[in-house]
Amino acid sequence: MSLDDTPTTDAESMTTTPTVTTTDDHSGTGETIIESRDIDVYYGDTQALDGISMEIPEQQVTALIGPSGCGKSTFLRSINRMNDLIDTARVEGEILLRGKNIYDDDVDPVALRRAVGMVFQEPNPFPKSIYDNVAYGLRVQGKDDNLDEKVEDALRRAAIWDEVGDQLDSSGLDLSGGQQQRLCIARAIAPDPEVILMDEPASALDPVATSQIEDLIEDLASEFTVVIVTHNMQQAARISDKTAVFLTGGELVEFGDTNRIFENPNSQRVEDYITGKFG
Amino acid sequence: MATTGIDGFGSDATLDRKRLYGRVFVGLCFLSTLFGVAALLLLVGDVIYESWGWLDLTFLTHPPSWFPENYVDGRGAGIYPALIGSLFLIVLTAVFTIFLGVGAAIYLEEYAPDTRVTRFIEANIANLAGVPSIVYGLLGLALFVRAAGLGSVLLAGALTLTLLILPIVIVAAQEAVRAVPDSQRRAAYGVGATKWEVTRDVVLPSAMPGIMTGTILALARAIGETAPLIMIGAATTMFAPPRLSPGALFEPFGAMPMQIFEWASQPQAEFQHIAAAGSVVLLTVLLLMNATAIYIRNRYDR
Repeated sequence: MSLDDTPTTDAESMTTTPTVTTTDDHSGTGETIIESRDIDVYYGDTQALDGISMEIPEQQVTALIGPSGCGKSTFLRSINRMNDLIDTARVEGEILLRGKNIYDDDVDPVALRRAVGMVFQEPNPFPKSIYDNVAYGLRVQGKDDNLDEKVEDALRRAAIWDEVGDQLDSSGLDLSGGQQQRLCIARAIAPDPEVILMDEPASALDPVATSQIEDLIEDLASEFTVVIVTHNMQQAARISDKTAVFLTGGELVEFGDTNRIFENPNSQRVEDYITGKFG
Repeated sequence: MATTGIDGFGSDATLDRKRLYGRVFVGLCFLSTLFGVAALLLLVGDVIYESWGWLDLTFLTHPPSWFPENYVDGRGAGIYPALIGSLFLIVLTAVFTIFLGVGAAIYLEEYAPDTRVTRFIEANIANLAGVPSIVYGLLGLALFVRAAGLGSVLLAGALTLTLLILPIVIVAAQEAVRAVPDSQRRAAYGVGATKWEVTRDVVLPSAMPGIMTGTILALARAIGETAPLIMIGAATTMFAPPRLSPGALFEPFGAMPMQIFEWASQPQAEFQHIAAAGSVVLLTVLLLMNATAIYIRNRYDR
């Protein structure tokens, strides 16, 4: 694959998504899709991340947990170069996506974000119709053939079709918070990215909506690689295959299978954090 | 246990005095409000009273006359050329300011690097909004009428009024652009939109109601401006409206404030009533513009 100035039609070839996958088992291929090598991020003179190296497996859910200010969201944003939008941010190190360093000079961040979609903390649908919200990514990426079909498909995969399928023309802002967030997930998955980054996608939602989002994330892992930031440890334990624990100072303290991290962490600091002794 | 009961919470002198201060303060605030409203009502009432009997439909549809008796009994004299002149002027000004104002605001808010130069420019745009209109008149005279050799024509008038309200429109448009939440921009970037697409699809549509409101309010100010039009030599009285053709851009023009000023300067007492009738027409156009701005703002306010 190439991320360099990819014309919109080539972006199609990036997707490895199987067309029909119904299995809930998301053990995935387990192969590494994203490899971070010694990533440092600075905001002006302040260092936010210190030497992060980890390998994120394909078609699994990887959770990034840690206390506020530990840099987990910063790391997430460096995977699709959203940090580029912050004037003072500076990234050092490499992040390989299928072996290609996304910080190489020949990588266009816009093309990269077509392969690595994102869902944000606060639901942020556009003040447009439900249909246009989902269609937006398809349109800017030039994938607007069979638009109706793709919009419906994305809404189904985001488990919201049953609720909004008969009101596609009404505004995305008229939905409840949980529905808005699932609409945003539909918008992110509609163009079929390989990776979906989620920055605390359920933190602004009530428990029922949160549980719907969690179920949805587990389903999504059958098609996509999901990287999710959360400070809800139960949520990480419930839905993720791998967990990375960031602690204050912007360092990655421990990374491994979620079960092991929560049952038998190597680091005393991680154990203290998980058992609620601090953070 | 201490005694509880309503007796312990009785009123006392200190509280009463504080309440009195509060009531005096509210009274003063109310009087301040009343002063503005009363002055406006008096002004509008007086103008309407003065114009009573002089304002009818023929006043709107006929050219002016030098003889006061022609303005009564539907004999056919009025403000028509100046009314149309003002409308032409304001439409042209609107086109220029929307393009220049929105362009400048988008550049300053979305693209310009946050440097000392940018901040200097932004501070001075705000300062320009406070420059007296006659100074813009002098600038328009030097720049458009003389240097560009346009003469005292409609285009020169519109460009001068554009200069006058451009700072106000830029500041209003900047505020509207700044009010677009960053989460909306991130949403578009997140699905692989370019900066141009984010600006076109997300920032501009969200900012448009605010931009339109600010622009219309600024235009409402421009339509009543007299000083810059006097400076650039607009006609005080026109007997025919501007033609509906591109050539009209390069021909002399009249405008309502100029015509009202001319009527008010006439020696015959009747012309004071005619000037009042013209003022009512001008005020009506102005109120209609403000009402449109308020309608747009309310319609898009969620």
